[in-house]
Amino acid sequence: MSDDDKVQDPQRRDFLGKATAVVGGAGVAASCWPLISSMNPATDVLSKATTEVSLGAIAQGDAKTVSWQGKPVFIVHRTESQIRSMNNSPGGKDPQPDGERVLRPEWLVIVGVCTHLGCVPNRTAEGWTCPCHGSQYDLSGRILKGPAPRNLELPPYQFIADDKIIIGKA
Amino acid sequence: MSKHPVVQWIDRRFPFTAFFKHELTEYKVPRNLSYWWNFGFLAGFVLVLQVVSGVFLAMHYKPDAQLAFASIEHIMRDVNYGWLLRYMHSTGASAFFVVIYIHMARTLYYGSFRAPRELMWWSGQVLLLTLMATAFMGYLLPWGQMSYWGAQVITNLFRATPFIGDQVVVWLRGDFVVGDATLNRFFVLHFFFPFLIFGIVGLHLVALHFVRSSNPSGINLKDEDNISLHPYFTFKDLFGLGIFLLIFCGFVFFYPDFFIEPDNNIPADPLKTPPHITPEWYFLPFYAILRAIPDMLGGVVAMTLSILVFAAMPYLDRSQIPGGSRYRPFYRAMFWAFVVDLSVLTYVGAQPATDEMALVGRIATIIYFSLFMVLPIISKREEAWLFVRGLPQEVMAMIAGEKESDRRKRSMDRRKTERRQGEE
Repeated sequence: MSDDDKVQDPQRRDFLGKATAVVGGAGVAASCWPLISSMNPATDVLSKATTEVSLGAIAQGDAKTVSWQGKPVFIVHRTESQIRSMNNSPGGKDPQPDGERVLRPEWLVIVGVCTHLGCVPNRTAEGWTCPCHGSQYDLSGRILKGPAPRNLELPPYQFIADDKIIIGKA
Repeated sequence: MSKHPVVQWIDRRFPFTAFFKHELTEYKVPRNLSYWWNFGFLAGFVLVLQVVSGVFLAMHYKPDAQLAFASIEHIMRDVNYGWLLRYMHSTGASAFFVVIYIHMARTLYYGSFRAPRELMWWSGQVLLLTLMATAFMGYLLPWGQMSYWGAQVITNLFRATPFIGDQVVVWLRGDFVVGDATLNRFFVLHFFFPFLIFGIVGLHLVALHFVRSSNPSGINLKDEDNISLHPYFTFKDLFGLGIFLLIFCGFVFFYPDFFIEPDNNIPADPLKTPPHITPEWYFLPFYAILRAIPDMLGGVVAMTLSILVFAAMPYLDRSQIPGGSRYRPFYRAMFWAFVVDLSVLTYVGAQPATDEMALVGRIATIIYFSLFMVLPIISKREEAWLFVRGLPQEVMAMIAGEKESDRRKRSMDRRKTERRQGEE
């Protein structure tokens, strides 16, 4: 055996073995990405982005549920006394002034998906109660009681006319 | 006995006869197995039943949010024997969990999870988790209100993932809410997961035939004192299957709606949650634990742990006395306390979320985890107490005699010496 016989070089073999494992592993990981990514929302799902709602038909004290990106959005035409009591209350475990949660105080627009596990809360006199695990929200969508960690979310929306809003565009 | 020429031809090329000899007619099984040892076979039977009925249902089902609900009605009304396929499949899901839970309870009661059977216990646990995932995804397919909101709630649990929770939920659903994309992928995975289950069952059986069955007394006899699986226990299994099928067919033909929530006959409505949603009965105890913790992340962690904690049993139970509950009054009492606690949790999980129910659920949850946590101490003390109090001769002989238990013998000798010293 001559000294420059590299076939018997164990260090070189180790290096080649490790390099193969690294490149192979990276290849497997990279080829998983298209599979993982394919499970994200497709473009047609992403394009259901905005919903227009005309508010004219909702009388004071009434509420309406519309669908935005497949999620329910609650629109409530609040009365003067409701607005006053919400202004006087700081909220529950996730305190936030009512004023920060509305564009116009008489119109409350919130995503009707419980921040706990995603059920749709049911309307009560004082606000909403989630049928799944009993979370209670006030008439500003703020969490008062129950396992939900946060207030009901506010969708991005704007008034495009006095009696019309577009949800999904701030 | 001369073999058929075809069998001879195969045997020269493939270990056909040898395999059946090795795994059936010459595979030795403890001769004292009770009917509690039938449930592994029954689980295998239900698996085949579910796969067969499921494959034929899939020929008529449409995994499309617009069509799914109607295609179930189509199966029920128009497809020849469609009602039978569907009721066998929906009842089979519950039967699967009944059989598996009894199988697990037997393993816990008789301590069958202990060395050298830890891998059987753990592969069984992986099977349970895979079964739960398969059942959960299958439950979405009828696209009724309960299906829909059950899937909504369970996929939402992944929001508790740190940092990327919201993205994970959208990724799982393929939409912002449970929708058409979710239904389609759940159908595919519901069909695919049984392949995994078959693979893991294979591992479970290879491990079983290597470590052999446990038995009610915990005392291992020599091979020549035991009897072969076939024909002795294959026929005991078949008799058990007869009893099982009587009950199963009773449900399929006379109470087919027993396991179907009435609300699931209302088509899925993404804008309205039913006033009271409950998961399927086999998820109720874990659902009750989820609800018992007021904090969302805490609830999800507790629910996950409540299932994973079983994996620690081989280490939590430190007693070396064979036979599980057979000779161990304290362990037996803990087993039954656990069964009662699980029943309470099942009841609480089915009730609407009120303050009183939350309190009961919390107490039951604390008891649930406490039983696991005190087991290492109780099992060790009980062992010492039983050694002093005395055990049947065979049990003592087995503990003392086993070659690999030399270490145990030494610790017993040490205890004897200590006792003698104590007396002096």
